[in-house]
Amino acid sequence: MTSERPLTKDMKPGGEALSLREYERVGGYHSVHKALRMDPKNVTDLVTKSGLRGRGGAGFPTGSKWSFVPIGPDAPRPKYLIANADEMEPGTFKDRYLLEGNPHQLLEGMMIGARAIEAEVAYVFLRAEYVLAGKRVAQAIAEAYSAGYLGHRIFGSELNLELYLHVSAGRYMCGEETGLLNALEGKRANPRTKPPYPQVSGLFGKPTIVQNVETLANLPHILNNGADWFKSLSRTADAGTKLYGASGKVKRPGLWELPMGTTMRELLEEHSGGMQDGLKFRGVLPGGASTDFLTEQHLDVKMDFTETQKAGSRLGTGTMIVLDDQTCPVGMVWNLEDFFAQESCGWCTPCWSGLRWAERILGAFERGEGNETDLEKLTWITSFCAPGHTFCALAPGAAEPLQSALKYFREDFLRHIHEKRCPWR
Amino acid sequence: MLTPEERQEIEAELPRYPQKQAVCIDAMKIVQRHRGWVSDESIRDIAELLGMSADDLDGVATFYNLIHRKPVGRHVILLCNSVSCWIMGYERLHQRLCKRLGVQFGETTSDERFTLLPIVCLGTCDHAPALMIGNDLHVDVTPDSMDQVLENYR
Repeated sequence: MTSERPLTKDMKPGGEALSLREYERVGGYHSVHKALRMDPKNVTDLVTKSGLRGRGGAGFPTGSKWSFVPIGPDAPRPKYLIANADEMEPGTFKDRYLLEGNPHQLLEGMMIGARAIEAEVAYVFLRAEYVLAGKRVAQAIAEAYSAGYLGHRIFGSELNLELYLHVSAGRYMCGEETGLLNALEGKRANPRTKPPYPQVSGLFGKPTIVQNVETLANLPHILNNGADWFKSLSRTADAGTKLYGASGKVKRPGLWELPMGTTMRELLEEHSGGMQDGLKFRGVLPGGASTDFLTEQHLDVKMDFTETQKAGSRLGTGTMIVLDDQTCPVGMVWNLEDFFAQESCGWCTPCWSGLRWAERILGAFERGEGNETDLEKLTWITSFCAPGHTFCALAPGAAEPLQSALKYFREDFLRHIHEKRCPWR
Repeated sequence: MLTPEERQEIEAELPRYPQKQAVCIDAMKIVQRHRGWVSDESIRDIAELLGMSADDLDGVATFYNLIHRKPVGRHVILLCNSVSCWIMGYERLHQRLCKRLGVQFGETTSDERFTLLPIVCLGTCDHAPALMIGNDLHVDVTPDSMDQVLENYR
């Protein structure tokens, strides 16, 4: 079965970026003309109808997010649109591909988003380690300015759009929507209280939309081909294609644009080529470090936002991390919790205190010093870190792999206790 | 004191933001690009230029792991220790690096050639394990291939 791959079909085999001219040759920047002729509200309505949901991890409906932004002559100005290119969720490597391979597609998506919310200023918020992506995005921005697609009176219209690249200086928290806003304002990337939501009071107190790279990259195609086409790309109720990936000890780790709702089995067996020889599949974090483990019983889950959630996890970023039988699940969760404890910004107690506590207990397990009370403590910590106890989603995300490991790999935790060592070391 | 060049580069960032403080991270990175790190003196100079207190700026500086508040070696090694690299052999790389360079994370070799730092997921997990040296990304690294790679950084 061949399926459409709107996001990646024009990518060059060697992965070089498309220049502005090359991008236009494959239909690029056509959709902005269309968006500029439309009423902003109609652009939002079209995106709402398409069913596009945010690809950064949370899956919030994009059109609905935009609909909260004040529109019209009385709206506060300037309004901001930000591309979240701070890809730092462990196990996630999808936005890098879009940024390096087709930066103009992202810029065009940003122009459409800016049109919909009447934003005058846009930023690409990029993590510092993406050096090549940074060069290519900067080059694309320069090309777009010299073509008159950015700046004053873009495409000869009456609209202005300034677009800047901001290269960050590290920290996972910068990918969190309100942490990102603080980082762009030159502050520590602590989260902000909501409400007010960024759509009303965001960057510098002005209405702001923050959108993941993959989400924005979908917009030109939705504008060009319509909402029904976008829905038809998917195998399930959640619309579009998805950049899926797999890492870990599979035969062919990689990244693939496939219909939304592709099953985990197909991703694992067909696209990843199955497990490396001699290894057995034990489980998977379906969408990055902050998603619950799924196991063999879930192989036929259609990997979209709705179905993955029904299975007890989240689609997250759609890039799977595969656990094999020769890797210790307790050691893996120890690594994850160490990451989350380190990246906690220190703002909320359950997060800064609870996650380091969990990490230390897991370390004790790996040294053969864990006991059954520790198992209860770990469960207890995950309940403290549940949604609603912290300002942002870092701690709830950190709780997901831990709580599901306690559920699916309990026997392995017990082996650490009984054998007084890590059986894998 | 900031050099005229540093000052000029920092001031060129100002029109991109409506408030001066928003430039502070860029400013520290500019200084770091020229000097390798950001000293207390540079913190005071940048803070003054941007109308911030030095304490406020240091609070920002210490939040971001890629702002170096201590001198670093000629080449900074960022070794990914996140989950996919951990599964694919990070620990062997870490052991080999520490042994070969004679340093732990956060330390600089006595000849000031390398500083070794951990880094979160580098977003190249299908080619794990990975590390960066300076601005260069190295993927599918093995302990042996890493030895060879290091030779290219004098």
